[in-house]
Amino acid sequence: MKQVLYRNPITFFFGALMALLMLAPASVQAQELGDAAKGKQLFNQNCAACHALNRKMTGPALAGVYDKYEGDLEWLSKWIRNNQSLIKAGDDRALAIYNEYNQAQMNAFPTLSDQDIKDILAYTQAPPPAPVQATAVATSGAVASSNQTGVSSDVLLGALALVLGLLLLMLYLVTKTLKRFANANGIEVEVTKRKPLWKAYAENQFLILVTVIVLLLASAYHMYGYFMQVGVDQGYAPIQSIHFSHKIHAGDNKIDCKFCHSSARSSKHSGIPSLENCMNCHKSIYEYKGNPEGPSAEDLANGYTNEFYTGEIKKLYAAVGWDEESMQYTGESQPVEWVRVHKLPDLAYFNHSQHVTVAGVECQTCHGPVETMEILQQHAPLTMGWCINCHRQTNVNVKDNKYYESIHKALSEKYGVEELTAAQMGGLECGKCHY
Amino acid sequence: MASNKVYWKNEAELNPNDSIVETLRHNEFVEKLPVDRFMGDKETLSETSTNRRDFLKFVGFSTAAASLAACEGPVVKSIPYVVQPEEIIPGIANYYATTIANGFDFASILVKTREGRPIKVENNKEASVKGVANARVQASVLSLYDSTRLQGPRKGSESISWDDLDVAVISHLEATKSDSKSVVLLTPTYASPSTAKLIAELQDKYPQVKHIAYDAVSSDAALNAYEEVYGERALADYNFAKAEVIVSIGADFLGDWQGGGYDSGYAQGRVPKHGKMSKHYQVEANMTLSGANADKRVMASSAAQKQMLAALYANLTDTSVSVSLSDAQQASVEAMANAVKKAGSKAVVVTGLDCQHSQKVVLAINNFIKSEAFDASAPRYIRSSSNAELSALVADMNAGKVSALITDGVNPSYSLPNAADFNAALSNVSLTVAFSQLANETVEAFQYAAAASHYLESWGDVEIKKGHFALQQPTIKELFDTRQIQTSILTWIGQSDVSYFDYIKTNWSKSILSGVSFNEALHDGVYSKSTSVAKYKSIDASNAVAQIASATASDFELHLYTKTAMGDGQEFNNPWLQELPDPITRVSWDNYATVSKVDALDLGVVNENDANGGLDGSYINLTVGGVSLSVPAIIQPGQAPGTIGLALGYGKTAGLKSEMQVGANAYPLYQNFASSQEVSVSLGSGMHEFACVQLQNTLMGRGDIIKETTLEVFNTKEAAHWNQVPMVSLDHQEVEATSVSLWDDFDRSIGHHFNLSIDLNACTGCGACVIACHAENNVPVVGKSEIRKSRDMHWLRIDRYYSSEENFEADNQKKENFSGLFGDEGSLGGFRSMEDPTENPQVAFQPVMCQHCNHAPCETVCPVAATSHSRQGQNHMAYNRCVGTRYCANNCPYKVRRFNWFLYNNNDEFDFHMNNDLGKMVINPDVTVRSRGVMEKCSMCIQMTQKTILDAKREGRVIKDGEFQTACSSACGNGAMVFGDINDAESKITALKEDDRMYHLLEHVGTKPNVMYQVKVRNTSEA
Repeated sequence: MKQVLYRNPITFFFGALMALLMLAPASVQAQELGDAAKGKQLFNQNCAACHALNRKMTGPALAGVYDKYEGDLEWLSKWIRNNQSLIKAGDDRALAIYNEYNQAQMNAFPTLSDQDIKDILAYTQAPPPAPVQATAVATSGAVASSNQTGVSSDVLLGALALVLGLLLLMLYLVTKTLKRFANANGIEVEVTKRKPLWKAYAENQFLILVTVIVLLLASAYHMYGYFMQVGVDQGYAPIQSIHFSHKIHAGDNKIDCKFCHSSARSSKHSGIPSLENCMNCHKSIYEYKGNPEGPSAEDLANGYTNEFYTGEIKKLYAAVGWDEESMQYTGESQPVEWVRVHKLPDLAYFNHSQHVTVAGVECQTCHGPVETMEILQQHAPLTMGWCINCHRQTNVNVKDNKYYESIHKALSEKYGVEELTAAQMGGLECGKCHY
Repeated sequence: MASNKVYWKNEAELNPNDSIVETLRHNEFVEKLPVDRFMGDKETLSETSTNRRDFLKFVGFSTAAASLAACEGPVVKSIPYVVQPEEIIPGIANYYATTIANGFDFASILVKTREGRPIKVENNKEASVKGVANARVQASVLSLYDSTRLQGPRKGSESISWDDLDVAVISHLEATKSDSKSVVLLTPTYASPSTAKLIAELQDKYPQVKHIAYDAVSSDAALNAYEEVYGERALADYNFAKAEVIVSIGADFLGDWQGGGYDSGYAQGRVPKHGKMSKHYQVEANMTLSGANADKRVMASSAAQKQMLAALYANLTDTSVSVSLSDAQQASVEAMANAVKKAGSKAVVVTGLDCQHSQKVVLAINNFIKSEAFDASAPRYIRSSSNAELSALVADMNAGKVSALITDGVNPSYSLPNAADFNAALSNVSLTVAFSQLANETVEAFQYAAAASHYLESWGDVEIKKGHFALQQPTIKELFDTRQIQTSILTWIGQSDVSYFDYIKTNWSKSILSGVSFNEALHDGVYSKSTSVAKYKSIDASNAVAQIASATASDFELHLYTKTAMGDGQEFNNPWLQELPDPITRVSWDNYATVSKVDALDLGVVNENDANGGLDGSYINLTVGGVSLSVPAIIQPGQAPGTIGLALGYGKTAGLKSEMQVGANAYPLYQNFASSQEVSVSLGSGMHEFACVQLQNTLMGRGDIIKETTLEVFNTKEAAHWNQVPMVSLDHQEVEATSVSLWDDFDRSIGHHFNLSIDLNACTGCGACVIACHAENNVPVVGKSEIRKSRDMHWLRIDRYYSSEENFEADNQKKENFSGLFGDEGSLGGFRSMEDPTENPQVAFQPVMCQHCNHAPCETVCPVAATSHSRQGQNHMAYNRCVGTRYCANNCPYKVRRFNWFLYNNNDEFDFHMNNDLGKMVINPDVTVRSRGVMEKCSMCIQMTQKTILDAKREGRVIKDGEFQTACSSACGNGAMVFGDINDAESKITALKEDDRMYHLLEHVGTKPNVMYQVKVRNTSEA
């Protein structure tokens, strides 16, 4: 039969009081329980998706959970290994916690050993202090060293300038002395009067004509260059209403592009993920912890502190209508207005799935190193010339695609090539993109 | 350089003190400039102190500022979903099976939605009954986005809540519960099992409720006759695919006769297979689609039609009846009777006469010959209104026997023949509620306007035919604060917690479905179960025959009909339909009286062309039973002399923008719901301006444009005889035109090569493809005055030609026999006479779109290479490259290119759907909306072919035959348009290309088109 403890609320109260009193020696106890450092590792692997130490998430906050349950290691182990059996058995404590969290089912962890559980509990009792950030010194050192190289080149330039100045001075002095000698010896230095160069030039009509033509051609060239970049927004990096860092998501955390932009696989649009989609992760990721070394100097200079990023996550919560306290949606949402970065004109048809799924083109081919972009910018010019260039150079991906089998064989024979480019496949025809 | 010369401007300057000199110094122009003529608002202009130089400065500055600003790209916002619906992926279309049932049109359809917006109606090919959408159904999606829709319930002009309306209705129902007065529910024919059950429940609770079904265009005679003979109030249904001989006496079964939808079956029998095709006799007064497609068409007034029917019956049953028919009519009756006798059970006789006796005689004939085309097991339920009930309604209202009137989806204040009486009688009714989508005449006359949902926002079910059920599901959430009446009835009977969807689901699961889950039925949109065959009651046909044999003719007979584009007028505010040219007259944006040539001469009616080419016609006055109407007249070849045709459904004004208020309301002439009326006619004053898109009505003996032959020749002679390839002279040798070319051929043997085949035998000219093309390709609506200037934008037109001799063959002969310029056989007078159609001409339809020539004349003349070739056989048009020289249009032998003279979107001058945000929701996001100054044309739906290819590539599979479609080919329920890849040897289109009947339009020009036609075969041989 199961052992029922704390039937009486008063006993429970005293029990809790006792637990509180025992908090002081808790760390000692924790060390006895197990290895907190190992526990942290296990905690992050198994528990962190739903639990935090000092914060309610999908499940309860786990700091001091060992004390909460009076050090009932046996019960805790049972719960962690297979909570459902406890619930089914009708255990009071199990049911209480089950009902408190809206009967959300907790995963079972039957593989955790006793020692593992002890380690985890040790960690929850006394989380090790965060490592002291010793980065400030390191970065200042880096700045100093980079400054040194800057100084050395400046010195070199200065020295050269000084030498040049000395030479000029010497030349001047030499001429002056020579002139004095000449005057002293009574030699008249003949100065032949020549036409000034500008006058000669102005009188030469041919030269003027040539110059005018050259000037006209040059200005036409530059005008053309200027007009051709009208409407080309390469490098466009607008400020978004939520500072979303692709660097953190796609770079640091290595989230696949198509995890969020999933319709790129099947649709013409790559799609902006719905806010609900963000919440799949951000229900549990409520703050930005940064990289272990702390924010870099560059980030600090831009104001990208951990608090800044956490503030941006709060903006997401406000938009999607997520109440952090109750861990529930309020139902009051405010869709986010993103500023569109990549925009093709209406007259051009572009289909993501054609390129992503059929051709297997990497997103980065057109969008650039998005995983390094703190603020997303337009990498490619998105001009027709750019499209066509790629179609001319890229071979069609025909691997394991029955659609292409016969067409590719016949066409490559016709053109006498091994592999066809998109252009040879008909990828340059006007109507393929303009209709 | 200064000059001392003084230039005197006028005499007054001689006197330096003259005040004029001073005035003139400040005033450059002596006379006041007519600025108000070119600068609009007079008042603001007179107040302004801006002079000409300032104005130029402003202009200069603003131009510079504008051009600077133009260099900066606009900031575009993208707003993703907060919670993305599972089934929606942006950029991918979803299809839902649903049903339209608006009391006039019933069809099972698929609705294409993009990002939750319905944008196109497609045929539901799985549906065994009415799975084909006609032009009106195709266009119905645009009515959803009508900016003039009622956006919420109203009392008078004041907005109220639904609760207010419910309270008003419920309190009235409660108060009158034990009243002798009735509460009348006036609705269209729902044919809905669930709504019928619901109304019965309403009547259980409130016994004073009386339900009256009202079809604006009545089928009362046919319903009564069927009820008398088969014991059920329904319409006889026919399958024309099973008929080898079709005799139609005044039934436009390719039009809206008995709810329409017969053309697919008809077309199946019209394509010659194994040397056989059906033979179609049509006796009619107006020139209808059925008459135009008939092998033998006889003109007859309704009296003559009745007599012919009587004679036919007598002939078939070997009885005698005395009729007074002309010799020609008598001969036709004999020919028809012989054909029917020979075909036996493979024949069918139908009639559209508004006469119970005639309808009974037809049922008797079909029973007598045991017609297989007649389907006695499943009559149609889509019409039900009774003329007697409707006449009684107005009488009851006048007598104060009606305490409340609730209408849904009908517009009696407009469409009742005695609408004026009805409106006057409304003062005796204490509560009037109109469920309506638009602020129409009825809404204006009623106390409460209940904003009704569009069928694409509603749940519903329909039993189109006995045992054939269809479900209606919403494809979008209500755009406005609207409701369907069923939701309100549920509230009125105190079941407001039950949604109509739940109600239908329960009803279907309980009493309709067996062995199929509701979700399965909803997915398919249709569900059928077997039914018992109705028994034929022996009736006294001879009495009916005697009755119709004694029909007497009047001087002038008015034949009221419904037009292909407008039907009963429900979708009057739909610009696509208004702009769809009538398949017969090719006039859009109007209704008109069709008058025969003989009568036109007598009456002095003229049709003439204006200097800009537009067609003008005289007005005539029609008087029926004391009601007069002035309508413009069109001289219609094939109109029976002594008859006049006039379309119902036009002339609405209430709640409409001025450009939509076209035509004349013919319902006041539709007295006693009889489609033929005795009428007196006189010439009116003035000329009417028509918007007619085809001014050349005959083929002028150019038989190579629409090639045709007779079944006899087709069966007995080589293709070379009846489908001659044109010959040209090469090095003084006659060679086939197709063998000569100026250009090198491009190798299209690899990949796809698209071809479209159009079978002139299967095409009935119904116009569904034109609307489908409109919807798919964002073709703009240009309005009446632009159409009149021949600036219509239809990418696909259906040309209609009349013969100027008895038939087209005679035309060809006549042209061949011309010799010299003058005289009887001279070409000068000869060609002039060939411009006029004959009295009862042969008719031919030919859909023409861009022919996608392999050697395209348009491509060679484009100075900027905006139109170019593709390997897949499509002729591309890059709008962004086009500079609008229009050389291509001038060089196109088929005249299929359309120029954007104006910006048709966001332009108040063209205040149609593309000028408001709501209407723009129908735009297909995969097709560019073209701007001013560019040429556009049929792209062979490249967005659809590209999508099919991409889907196959993504799934890594080969494309099957039938996957490639264009908007027109998938809209064509007749199988007249077949699209496919001719590089696929197994495909249907490849077989059609090899068919003996295949020819290209204007083959001798050498354009090598990718659109082909199949020679029209007429079954002219007499049995």
